[in-house]
Amino acid sequence: MVRRFCFILTLLMMVVCRPAFAADEVDSLINQLPHKTLRNITPLLDQIAGHKDEKVRFVLTEILNGDLYYLKSNRQVVSVRKSDSGDYKLTDVLSLSVLTQDGKPSIKKIRTSNRIRSHIRGLLAQIDLTHDSKAVRLAAVQEILENIDEDTVALIKKHQSNEQDSEIKELMATAVALYQLNEGAAKEKIAAVTALKESLQPEVRNAMQVQLNRLAEIEKTELTKDDRALQKALTSAVDSIKQKRKFYEFIENLFFGLSLGSVLLLAAIGLAITFGVMGVINMAHGEMIMLGAYTTYVIQQMFPQWIDYSLFIAIPAAFIVSGSVGILIERGVIRFLKGRPLETLLATFGISLILQQVVRSVFSPLNRTVAAPEWMSGSWQINPIFSLTFNRLYIILFALAVFFALLAFMKRSSLGLHVRAVAQNREMARALSVRSDRVDAITFGLGSGIAGIAGVVLSQLTNVGPNLGQSYIIDSFLVVVFGGVGNLWGTLVAAMSLGTINKFLEPVTGSVLATIIVLVGLVLFIQKRPKGLFPQKGRAAE
Amino acid sequence: MAGANFEQIQKDRQMKLKKLIAAGTIVASGLMTSMTYAAETIKVGVLHSLSGTMAISETTLKDTVLMMIEEQNKKGGLLGKKLEPVVVDPASNWPLFAEKTRELLSKDKVDVIFGCWTSVSRKSVLPVVEELNGLLFYPVQYEGEESSRNVFYTGAAPNQQAIPAVDYLMNDIGAERWVLLGTDYVYPRTTNKILEAYLKANGVADKDIMINYTPFGHSDWQSIVSEVKKFGSAGKKTAVVSTINGDANVPFYKELGNQGISAEDIPVVAFSVGEEELSGFDTTPLVGHLAAWNYFQSVESDANEEFIATWREFIGDEKRVTNDPMEATYIGFKMWAKAVEKAGTTNVDEVEQAMIGITVPNLTGGTAVMNSNHHLSKPVLIGEIQDNGQLEVVWETAGTVIGDAWSDYLDSSKNLISDWTKPVNCGNFDIKTAKCSGQQF
Repeated sequence: MVRRFCFILTLLMMVVCRPAFAADEVDSLINQLPHKTLRNITPLLDQIAGHKDEKVRFVLTEILNGDLYYLKSNRQVVSVRKSDSGDYKLTDVLSLSVLTQDGKPSIKKIRTSNRIRSHIRGLLAQIDLTHDSKAVRLAAVQEILENIDEDTVALIKKHQSNEQDSEIKELMATAVALYQLNEGAAKEKIAAVTALKESLQPEVRNAMQVQLNRLAEIEKTELTKDDRALQKALTSAVDSIKQKRKFYEFIENLFFGLSLGSVLLLAAIGLAITFGVMGVINMAHGEMIMLGAYTTYVIQQMFPQWIDYSLFIAIPAAFIVSGSVGILIERGVIRFLKGRPLETLLATFGISLILQQVVRSVFSPLNRTVAAPEWMSGSWQINPIFSLTFNRLYIILFALAVFFALLAFMKRSSLGLHVRAVAQNREMARALSVRSDRVDAITFGLGSGIAGIAGVVLSQLTNVGPNLGQSYIIDSFLVVVFGGVGNLWGTLVAAMSLGTINKFLEPVTGSVLATIIVLVGLVLFIQKRPKGLFPQKGRAAE
Repeated sequence: MAGANFEQIQKDRQMKLKKLIAAGTIVASGLMTSMTYAAETIKVGVLHSLSGTMAISETTLKDTVLMMIEEQNKKGGLLGKKLEPVVVDPASNWPLFAEKTRELLSKDKVDVIFGCWTSVSRKSVLPVVEELNGLLFYPVQYEGEESSRNVFYTGAAPNQQAIPAVDYLMNDIGAERWVLLGTDYVYPRTTNKILEAYLKANGVADKDIMINYTPFGHSDWQSIVSEVKKFGSAGKKTAVVSTINGDANVPFYKELGNQGISAEDIPVVAFSVGEEELSGFDTTPLVGHLAAWNYFQSVESDANEEFIATWREFIGDEKRVTNDPMEATYIGFKMWAKAVEKAGTTNVDEVEQAMIGITVPNLTGGTAVMNSNHHLSKPVLIGEIQDNGQLEVVWETAGTVIGDAWSDYLDSSKNLISDWTKPVNCGNFDIKTAKCSGQQF
């Protein structure tokens, strides 16, 4: 009796203690992490991932993000977070208790490399197939799809029936079909091709290509009936995928062109006002752009906690900063050189050098780091082969908004009317009591201010350094001259067409040659039509 | 308390008096010696751009040389003489480099020059140092295909940076498709030519190599990154080898990040991105990408820690970073100092012969040796970019690699060797024809 009781007791113990043993095992595996090097850590990670434990996902994610460290003293594995104020928060990964410590802890990172990280991603994907979040599950299936094999396809099949979301279901079906295409019998392969015909996943196309190549190597006479059917199905599927890719490639190039065009538009539109409307050759235009970019930098330094909103503050701030510098230049220099274009050119070139040096002295000649807000990063994935980057998308919209706002200002407001009046006939405008001096200053300020806004945008795309303006001044003049001096619509059309032409040429000729071709084309065009695309007509043009 | 203070003051006075007398004697003796031998210093020319586009990188090297001179003077100088820096500013203007070199050699009569960054500036200086028999130490990684009797190359040759990086990608990452991106000038073009030949020698097919050049300061990377993405989606592991120069890197990496290409999908290994460049970047989109150099600030060694501390103290900035060309300058300077002591003179011909075989410990461990082809033996390190702008070593060569002046993978130079010792004594000795063409570059 006693014996039997003991036996049952031991059995019970075993049942109860079993999970505890497993947990201990995971713990001891995790504790081995600090002892491994880059070369031999992978098997240990596989072992850890083999356990079903909440800790596993946490630990793997922490390694992936580079947040897993160990204490140098006792090799305790901790996850480390650094707060904005520079304090370290250490959490023991096994007990999840926060460690108390003074000052900078003596810790060492558990090192990873790209190879290990992509291995971990694969391991995590298998765990994440049952994750609560849809986005995580989708990413997991996508990850598995990229290296599908016998084990992972079994895993996907297991979870397929439980999956509720249609998008994930579809991707799972693609993964299963892809495996069939790779490994199945000829009949299965044909079925897989039919299922995958519509898929734009690059893996699908690659797998189809591999199958086609395999069939092409077999002697014609040795091909079975199934092989022939498969070959036919594959060829038509690959062709249809190719067609679709071509179409999206075209749209993508168009988008790239418009996005380059909108950057050119923003850079040039301020010049279209100062050069186009006022006739002042302002070589310091690029530096107005640069000042706008530095304003963004200063704003981000002032409000480091609001990086996400910094651009909204920076846009008006840059407009004011560059605009007031513009007014200063107009009042201080340009108005004394009216009607002497060569001297204006030299004087403004001098000002541009002075401004560059000022920035070098104040901010150092090194480039400054301007952070990109979260919402400006990443891309909008429309399908597996076509995505639009958010920053470019916003910039196109923003450039158009600035353009139409400016157009409305020039056409609808009374100040705009004065600006146009002074540009067309200064004497007559003055006779009609327009204060031409004031209008000049405001126009120049407006043009410079818009250049400042362009600077905010460019700070998101390129380096913020003293030479930023120089790289855009030539492009700006090109756009204005090509579009026709004094015509805002001309500037828009010129910027967009230059951008698009450039981007359609680039894949064919390479970017160096594309720039040359565009320049030569422009020179020839100006020879033929010296006044640009949309020349000013009527008496004002003379 | 008061007594102690008083004693202290007394002591201070005595000390001051002693110091004054000592200073007086030093001044007096200094006056006497300077009367007996005029200009008893060793002049060190520093030829780095302090203005213009290259000022960003080159100013650091000027400061490094000045720091080394100061350190050496603290130790009593060389051959009993103090070192005196002669700093000139060639202003990122290539012809001006040649003029300033002439000025340094014929007017200031410097004994050695540390200088140049870009290959084009070195090419412009070369004829002058050869004509006036000067001595130039060049501290930057470059494309090779050159060996002059008057120049010591302490930066990496292609086989000490580019080729090991490709080996790493091929063997450790398993890359099978290759994108070679570069800025359109001599260094990327030559390096890519060598790499292309090397890849083909390793069985990579033509269609698996994509080469693309962009102008200086290129900022619109949309199409190129999208092309790389398409190229990389063909089912084989793809890697990018980047010789993109300077400012163009920031928009390039940003675009990579925005189009969703991570270092795990398509790793980019760069030869022109180091700690100094990274300090001006928002490093978020770069994390995990690679750089190949012979030195990283993050390498833990006593020599390196001391070097970093000295540098920060000299420059007065607790956060200032160090980089590979600085180490190359450090090694070059130490080697020159050793060679001068060995030769017992600063005479260029004697120092040149004394230089060969000189060893100096690397900052990252091991020893750098000056070979008879005027190139160093160095270790090669591959590092991954971290979010703090530092690079962490993920791979290194087993030992040091001997710098090869003439690449073995180019038809035009595979038979050439450089050996500045007797009996060859030639910068481009053709081992097939056993002739020395005399054209060193």
